[in-house]
Amino acid sequence: MATVALPVEEQRIFVASQWQLMWWRFRKHKVAVASGAVIIGFYLVVLGADFLAYSDPDASEAQRSLMPPQPIYWLDGGSFYPHVYGLKGARDPKTFKRVYVADPSQKIPLRLFASGFEYRFLGLIPTTRHLIGVDPDLDASKTIFLLGTDVQGRDLWSRLMYGTRISLTIGLLGVTMSLVLGVVLGGLSGFSGGAVDTLIQRVIEILRSIPTIPLWMGLAAALPRDWTILQVYFAITIIISLLGWTELARVVRGRFLAMREEDFVVSARLVGCTRFRTIFVHMVPSFMSHIIAATTLALPAMIISETALSFLGLGLRPPAVSWGVLLQQAQNVQTVAISPWLMAPAVPVIVAVMAFNFLGDGLRDAADPYGR
Amino acid sequence: MLAYLSRRALLAVFTVWAISVLSFAIIQLPPGDYVTSYIAQMASSGSVVSEEEAQNLRIQYGLGQPIYVQYLKWMRLVVVGNFGMSMEWRRPVAEVIGDRLWMTVIVSVSALLLTWVLALPIGIYSAVRQYSPGDYAATFAGFIGLAVPNFLLALVVLYLGFVLFNANIGGLFTLELQDAPWSAAKAWDLAKHLPIPALILGLAGTAQQIRIMRANLLDELRKPYVVTARAKGLTAWQVILKYPVRVALNPFASTIGYTLPYIVSGSIIVSLVLGLPTVGPLLLRALISQDMFLAGTIVLLLGVMTVIGTLISDILLVWIDPRIRLEAT
Repeated sequence: MATVALPVEEQRIFVASQWQLMWWRFRKHKVAVASGAVIIGFYLVVLGADFLAYSDPDASEAQRSLMPPQPIYWLDGGSFYPHVYGLKGARDPKTFKRVYVADPSQKIPLRLFASGFEYRFLGLIPTTRHLIGVDPDLDASKTIFLLGTDVQGRDLWSRLMYGTRISLTIGLLGVTMSLVLGVVLGGLSGFSGGAVDTLIQRVIEILRSIPTIPLWMGLAAALPRDWTILQVYFAITIIISLLGWTELARVVRGRFLAMREEDFVVSARLVGCTRFRTIFVHMVPSFMSHIIAATTLALPAMIISETALSFLGLGLRPPAVSWGVLLQQAQNVQTVAISPWLMAPAVPVIVAVMAFNFLGDGLRDAADPYGR
Repeated sequence: MLAYLSRRALLAVFTVWAISVLSFAIIQLPPGDYVTSYIAQMASSGSVVSEEEAQNLRIQYGLGQPIYVQYLKWMRLVVVGNFGMSMEWRRPVAEVIGDRLWMTVIVSVSALLLTWVLALPIGIYSAVRQYSPGDYAATFAGFIGLAVPNFLLALVVLYLGFVLFNANIGGLFTLELQDAPWSAAKAWDLAKHLPIPALILGLAGTAQQIRIMRANLLDELRKPYVVTARAKGLTAWQVILKYPVRVALNPFASTIGYTLPYIVSGSIIVSLVLGLPTVGPLLLRALISQDMFLAGTIVLLLGVMTVIGTLISDILLVWIDPRIRLEAT
């Protein structure tokens, strides 16, 4: 029998592990890879929020209310000299509103790794270094606000960094909780079938046909007013995950049903594996990839829910900072029309949601490397 | 068909029951009972509730009795249309809600209709002219529509309207007609204000429906019966509209059940941003001031409304899809 020499590429495929095949397939989905990079970037911000912020997110000063963003100028007379222009406060002669104008004669130099407020890097190393900042030797009136300030005069950029930390971890925690609920209930439903399956399916159907936002609002509003930030944080996480597990449960159940009659599952049962062992040692690894994809696709909904609740003033409450809390200031269209930079926190929300959607799509396609 | 419909109806009954329990839970959740909050509310505005009056209220709502007795007492009142008193407004809840529930229905239904009107032709176009610039544009717009939370979209639209046209495009009526009795002019005014909120609310759903329609139709278009129809000399659009589109329409209709709760949910928060006179702003206020009978009633009514909408979509599905209609038993 003559052996047909296969190209190296194809031989590689025969010996590759399943995860390797998935990675190769995922790599082809360029948008998903780029989205993955964006998301890694977001979580780096989560880790280093205090390093990227340059001023205390809670430091407010009425004098600096609603200052516009100061763009960075990189060059000064041809040489590299990053700086921002100082702002001059003035009164609008017609409306008597306080307005700020850039003052090109006043250049505030930016420093890399400037020292600022004290924090613990990664929660461990105490330091005062921040990525950028103004020279601390300059007098206190020399400040930078890359994204402007809010009504209370707090720096929006620094608050956005801290907000990213809370918004993205709350999504991650919420999705983890939904995942546990979804896998347990979906698995139970798919594995046992019969009355249990019917019951769980009906519960899912009922939950899915209820408008969630009014319910969330009701539950969130019932949280005691005197709870600490941490308590509210966990309560909100539980509320959004409580109603978000249905889609994950549906995916898990579908996988279980498809796999229940597969040869390897039947053999596992026949050699006397316990039900627990059959599920967690043999079945779960083979649909792990599907779960990861479904989880990624569930994350945006969590982020949006938190943002929406906090936006309404029912979710996280100040002094906690999240994207939704920041957007609260943009509720009034008159304020936004005068200070459009208050809408800046909408950008990371949209980018994160889009990136998670693309990544999830790519992962879902890659999850089944033997398909089409 | 009857079996199918009765199964759906039974599920709807269960859903309504689940919603009523949840709404009751929301009423019960805040610390203290209705009467203590009522007394506190009255005290803060300077009036005193007599011991006798408090006692009467306690008896009416069965406070102090087991929780299921309280639930049943509340349900008995709800069924006859007595939703309790709104603490903040000092008027019956039904009166406070009034027109606002219908406004919610109108806004949600128009968003749903708009979703179809837009998604159907765009979806068909995207599938038939796959990979054309129009298809790419629709896909791109679809991704944006899915990624932008509708309340942010509302905010941006409101901002643009304010800055570009110096006009407040929120609301459902012009100021002069807001409190006027219903008339042809008022209805026309409503019709003029509806498209923007409907579009904002329907965008995410539209994006999703376009993707579903496109995928389904693409699957159908590759099937041999389409080739046969074409070979027999039907015109291109006849072929597409008469057979594959009808088949592809089925999953399209069955997703209404999931789209409607989503739209109703969205309408709450979008109404707040755009200042629409729906139950949304009322619900938020009620929740913040812990006016629980009002809040619970709104949650209940929204839920019931959604269930009815879903049931209607189920009936629609039976009408569209003969496979369900002709199913044995």
